[in-house]
Amino acid sequence: MSRLSSAETTTEEQPAPLVDAARDEMVAALATQLGDAVVESHVAPGRDAWVRVDLSAWDTAARVCREQLGLTYFCYLSAIDWLPSPFGRSEDDSAPTVAPSTDQLDHGVAGGATRFQLLARLVSPTTHLGINLKCDLPDDGLTAPTWSRIFPGADWNEREICEMFGITFAGHPHLVNIYLPGDFEGHPLRKDFPLLSRMVKPWPGLVDVEPMPGEPDEDEEATEAGDEE
Amino acid sequence: MTAISERQQRGYIGAIAAEARVNVELETEGMTLNIGPQHPATHGTLRIIAKLDGEQVVSAEPVMGYMHRGYEKLVEVRTFPQVTTLINRIDWLGNFANEVPFILAAEQLMEIEAPARAQYIRTIFFELSRQANLMLFLGDMGVQLGAITAVFYAFRDREHVLNLMESVTGGRFHPNFDRIGGLKDDLPKGWVEECKGAMVKVRRFCDEIEELLMGNEIFETRTRGIGVIPAEVALGYGLSGANLRASGVDWDLRRDNDYPLAWKDADFKVWTHPDGDSFARYWVRLQEVRESTKIVDQLIENIPAGPIMAKVPRIIKVPAGEAWVSTENPLGEMGYYVVSKGDLGPFRVKIRTASFNNISIVPWVMRGVYVPDVITILASLYFILGDIDR
Amino acid sequence: MTFALELSYWQSTILRIVGVLVAVLIPAGTLVYVFLFKMMSHMQSRLGPMEAGPHGSLQLMAEVGKFLQKEDIVPTKADRTLFTLAPYLVVGTVLLVYLAVPFGPDAYFADLDTGVFYLLAVSSVSVIGVLVAGWASANKYSLMGGLRAAGQLIAYELPMVLAVVGVVIQAGSLNLQHIVSVQAHGEIFGWGGIGNPFILTQIVGFGIFLLATQAELTQTPFDMPIAESELVAGYMTEYSGMRFLLFFIGEFASAGAFAAVAATLFLGGWWLPGFGFDNNAMNIVGPLVMVGKMMFVAFLIFWFRFTYPRFREDQLQTLAWKYLIPLSLVNIMATAVLKVVF
Repeated sequence: MSRLSSAETTTEEQPAPLVDAARDEMVAALATQLGDAVVESHVAPGRDAWVRVDLSAWDTAARVCREQLGLTYFCYLSAIDWLPSPFGRSEDDSAPTVAPSTDQLDHGVAGGATRFQLLARLVSPTTHLGINLKCDLPDDGLTAPTWSRIFPGADWNEREICEMFGITFAGHPHLVNIYLPGDFEGHPLRKDFPLLSRMVKPWPGLVDVEPMPGEPDEDEEATEAGDEE
Repeated sequence: MTAISERQQRGYIGAIAAEARVNVELETEGMTLNIGPQHPATHGTLRIIAKLDGEQVVSAEPVMGYMHRGYEKLVEVRTFPQVTTLINRIDWLGNFANEVPFILAAEQLMEIEAPARAQYIRTIFFELSRQANLMLFLGDMGVQLGAITAVFYAFRDREHVLNLMESVTGGRFHPNFDRIGGLKDDLPKGWVEECKGAMVKVRRFCDEIEELLMGNEIFETRTRGIGVIPAEVALGYGLSGANLRASGVDWDLRRDNDYPLAWKDADFKVWTHPDGDSFARYWVRLQEVRESTKIVDQLIENIPAGPIMAKVPRIIKVPAGEAWVSTENPLGEMGYYVVSKGDLGPFRVKIRTASFNNISIVPWVMRGVYVPDVITILASLYFILGDIDR
Repeated sequence: MTFALELSYWQSTILRIVGVLVAVLIPAGTLVYVFLFKMMSHMQSRLGPMEAGPHGSLQLMAEVGKFLQKEDIVPTKADRTLFTLAPYLVVGTVLLVYLAVPFGPDAYFADLDTGVFYLLAVSSVSVIGVLVAGWASANKYSLMGGLRAAGQLIAYELPMVLAVVGVVIQAGSLNLQHIVSVQAHGEIFGWGGIGNPFILTQIVGFGIFLLATQAELTQTPFDMPIAESELVAGYMTEYSGMRFLLFFIGEFASAGAFAAVAATLFLGGWWLPGFGFDNNAMNIVGPLVMVGKMMFVAFLIFWFRFTYPRFREDQLQTLAWKYLIPLSLVNIMATAVLKVVF
C-alpha cells in the first residue's frame, strides 16, 4: 500500500509490541520526571496509556508532557464524577436506588481514591501517541492548579469543568460560566444533580431493540412482546 | 515541528504590532460591539463581544451556551444504542461522522469488530458526510466575504451527496445508521453506480468553486495573511483538522491512527499548507473534499461481500472499562471518552468536539484585526454551533 | 408627432414632474425584477420568484404591498426627525440626478449648461442621507455603515469626476445634450456610420467610471456600508416597512440613474445611429434607446455585484487613491494632449 503523504511515522504499520514499547517508554519517562507524583499508570497494548498523578504535580505533569515528552497537542480537559447516580437511569421500572456513599467507589482504569477525578488527554503531533492524565481531587478541596498558562486551550475547558462539576482552578484568569447562565445554581454534570426532565416524565424504557439484519425470525416475537409495553 | 513560513512570521509580527499600536498610540474611547447572538455571520447563536477602536478589534471574546443541550448529561441516562440519536445532532452537517467514534469506542470496550463490509460502508458514509459538511463551508466562506453566488452552488451540489445518504439511511441530516457491531442496513440496489456519478459531480463542484472564488483577487486579498495561526499556538489551543493542517502540521487521524475502518485500504494524500492564514484553511478544506471523493471512489470499487452486522447480544451491555476513540471529522478531531460500568448505558461520556477548541483561539487570533476580518477568520476557522455547545 | 412643441409651460412642467417620478420608479422596478430577482437567480442556478404572475413578474407588487403593511418602527433612542428624514434625502437625490439626463432631443427634464457638473454634485448628496441614517439610528452597526459609506464616497467621488473630465475635454462642453450630439455627429477616422461614442476613445475613463459607480452605489465588491455578513445591513439595519422600501428604491433607482449617466456620457445617450430619425421621432425612440443602454450598463453593474466578494475598507481606499486616481489623471493628460494634437 503506497502512501503519498510526507509523514514519516505511521504507527499502524508497525507491529503492536513496538507501539507498546513506545507507550511504555513515554509513561516511564513521565514517571522519571515526576518521581513519586505518579500514583498509578496503565498501558493498554496498542491502544492507549493512562497515568494518574498526584494533585500537587498536576501542572508539573502538563509542563513535563509538553516540554519534554513532546506531547504538545492539547486534546481536552475534563472531569469524572465517580459517584453512582442516586437516581438510577430514571426508567419506568427502576426504583430510585439508595443514596450512594462515597466510601466504595468503583474507579476505572488507573484507579482512583476520591469522588472527583480530573481527566485530560495530550497527544504528540509527531508520534501521534496520546496519554490520558488523571488526577484525584480531595472531596473537601475541589481546587486544582490551572493549565491555562501551559496549554492556552485549557482555558475554556477549565471554565466548563468549573460550572459543570464545581471544581475551581487556582490561577485561572477568568473563571466564569461558559455555557450556563451566570446565576445558574448547581453543577449539572455531578451525578447527584437531577435531570429534571426525567424527574417530570420518566423515560419510556429500554426496549427499543430492533431485529438484527439477517436473523429476523429469532427476535421477532421478543421484539413484538417488548414493543407492546 | 514544521518550520514556520515567512508569511506566517509576517502575519504574527503584524498582529503583535497592531496590538501594541492599539494599546499605546490611541487614547480614544473604544466601542463595544456585540456581534451576535442574532447576527448573519455567526450561522447559529454564537455571540462575540468585540471591543473596537475604530474598526480595529482590541479584544474579542466569544460567548457560547445559547444552544447548550447538555449531551454529556443526557447520554448518561441513555442506553448505548440510543446514544447515536443524540450525538447525530452535535455537528449536524457532518452527521454520520459523529456516530462513528462513539460506536467504535463501544465496540472497543465490547471487544467486537464489525464485519469488513460494514467497515467499508461506514468509511464511505464517513467521507460522504465530510463532503456534505465541507462543501457547504466552501460556499459559505464566499457569503461571509460578500460573494453570494458561491453558496447556492454549494447547496445545489451538496444535494447529490445528501440524496445518496437519504437513499440508504432514510435521513438527510440525522441518519442514525451506525450500530454497535455493524450497520442498520445494507446498500440498496444501484446505489454504487449512483455514488460514482455523484462523486464526479462533487469534484466538478470543487473545480468550479476553485475558479469562482480562489481564482479571485479580491478573495485572495481578503484572506491572505488574515488570521495567521502558527503551528505551536494551534497545537496549544488544541486546534485540529484542517485548521491544524493549514498551519503546516502534517497530521491526519485517518492516516496516522489505527482504525478498523477502511481508510488503510485507500490511497489518499493529506494536504497541508505552510501559511496558517484564512486562505490556507480554505485551500486545505477544498483539497480535502477532493481527496474524500477519491477515497469513496476507491472504496466503493472494493466493498467486500458478507454480512453487515457482527454477532452482538440482543440487549447490549458494554463491559466495564474506559476507551477513547477519536476520528478525523469534517470539523477536526472529534472523540468520545466512554466510561462504562458494565451497564446498559455509559457511566460518563466526555465528548470532545472540534469546534469548541477551534473557536477557543478566537480571543488570541483576533487581536488587532479589522471588523471585516473578524468575519473572515470566523468563517475560515469554520465552526458548527452544535459542535461548540453540544 | 409634434406634441412636445405645442405644450404650454405648465403642461410640460407637470409632464416633466410626472416623467421624473416615472423615470425613477420604472427603472428601479425593472432593475429589481430583471436583475435582482431573475438574473441573479439564474446565475445561481435557481428560478427566483415564480408564483406571482407569469414568471413571478408581479412579485414586485407583492413586495411593495408587504413593505407598506409593515409596522413603522423607530428605535427608542433614535433621533426621530433625522431618522425619518434620511430615506427621503436618499430618494430625493436620485430624482435630482434624473433631472439632468436627456432622453431625446426635446425629451429632457432640464437642459442645463453645466449638466455634468450638476450631476456629479447632486449624486454625492445621497451620502448625507446615508450618514444621517447611520447616525440617527442609534445603532453601532448603522453608525459604522454610515461612516464607511462616507469614507467610500469621498474616495470614489474623485476618480469619478476625473474620469468624466476626459469626456468633457473631448466634447468641449459640460452640457449633456451637447455631449450626446458630439457623440452622434462624431466621426471615427472620417467614418460617421455610428457616430463616435466616447466609450471608444475613453475606454479607460469608462472603466474607472464604472468602478467608481459601483462604489458610489455601494454594490459588491464595494458594499461595505451594507455588508450583511459584517454589519447586518449597515445604515439600513434599523429601518423597516415604508422607510426601508424608500432606501431600497433609492438603491436601485440610483443604480438606474448612474447607468443613465454612463450611457449618456460614454454610449451616445439617446442617439441611435443608422435610422435617420428626425427630432420628433427621436423624442419617442430616444427614451427607449436610452433605457436599452441603461439596462446594458446596469447589467454590468449587477453582474459584478453577483460575482465578486467584497473588499475590506482599507483595501478599497488603497484601490481608489493608489490606482484609480493616478490612472484617471494619466487619462486626462492623454486626452488633453490628443485633443490638442488632432
